[in-house]
Amino acid sequence: MSMKSICGLFLITFFLSVTSARSQSVKVIKFDQLNQLIHKPNDTLYVVNFWATWCAPCVKELPEFERARQAYASQKVSVLLVSMDDKADLAKKVNPFVRNRKIQSSVVLLDEPDLNAWVDQVAPEWSGALPMTLILNKQRNVRQYIGRPVKEGELATIINQHKP
Amino acid sequence: MKKTAFLPMVALLLAVALMSYRNASDGYKVGDTVQDFKLKNVDGKTVSLADKKDVKGYIIAFTCNTCPVAKAYESRIVALNEQFAPKGYPVLAIQSNDAQLSPGDSYSAMQERAKSKSYSFPYLYDESQTVAKSFGATNTPHMFVVKKEGNQYRVAYIGAIDNNQRDAAAADKKYVAEAVNELLAGKTVTTPSARAIGCGIKWRDA
Repeated sequence: MSMKSICGLFLITFFLSVTSARSQSVKVIKFDQLNQLIHKPNDTLYVVNFWATWCAPCVKELPEFERARQAYASQKVSVLLVSMDDKADLAKKVNPFVRNRKIQSSVVLLDEPDLNAWVDQVAPEWSGALPMTLILNKQRNVRQYIGRPVKEGELATIINQHKP
Repeated sequence: MKKTAFLPMVALLLAVALMSYRNASDGYKVGDTVQDFKLKNVDGKTVSLADKKDVKGYIIAFTCNTCPVAKAYESRIVALNEQFAPKGYPVLAIQSNDAQLSPGDSYSAMQERAKSKSYSFPYLYDESQTVAKSFGATNTPHMFVVKKEGNQYRVAYIGAIDNNQRDAAAADKKYVAEAVNELLAGKTVTTPSARAIGCGIKWRDA
């Protein structure tokens, strides 16, 4: 293989990895799918943040979750950002938001606007005010509810306490 | 005499302290009696529940200028007042966000909003946030329907306005309207609470 084609291959691989990391497109899910994502029968600690692009305090605290994802990337800690935006805003608002801010944590859009149908199964104490965060591990009975924006350093403290 | 009166006094004080603590942390539940409040309206006058003698109750709306969900519901709150004030259930809107954290919700911004949208109901400034705390309001919009019983007001419904934020016409459950209609018909409220996504009230740091 010539030097030129090696360089070419390298460039293509580099380009692909960069674009795939940047252009996460947000998957629309129903409650059953969310339930499966956050209650997997394993050791992983799930940090689940409910937010929306229109919610200013949510947008403000997102970097805290991105930092947590990065800090615990090599450990059994999984950050999931659950957008409560309207499904109709996926292409116009949610995807561009995630792309422009280069969000690396997994993002899903929960298409369940009627809270009453499902909320008691994950957060009976939640009134519906955004943001809201759950820190979960089903196997080890870990469950922390944060019904307000997280404070600086708060996530790390909780994660350190509950990670496997 | 003094000694014997002391212990019951302490017990009473403790009980009162415990009760107020419970209210402050949990807020009202459906069936609870609401304590009247005095809040400043956008016209500068003070408003209390007891002001209107001829009402059957109130539709109390914790709302604000800035929250996109509250904005989406603003015209529905106006419509609730138009529909139910003549029947004895007027709207009282209360704004509890801290104006330092949310400058768009300052008293003067509230005055502008009420004027530009020609609110037909009081828009009250809960500057100390104590009314939101005593009710247990957490988000905007957060509705409390209270029914007048003698001189008291009992909570009959807590929660969302309806089940479709985006499109009022597409909402197939109009929780507040249904609750008030049932109260007017002398029935018990079928759905006394329902939740919806909203903005968290911006609490001043303690």
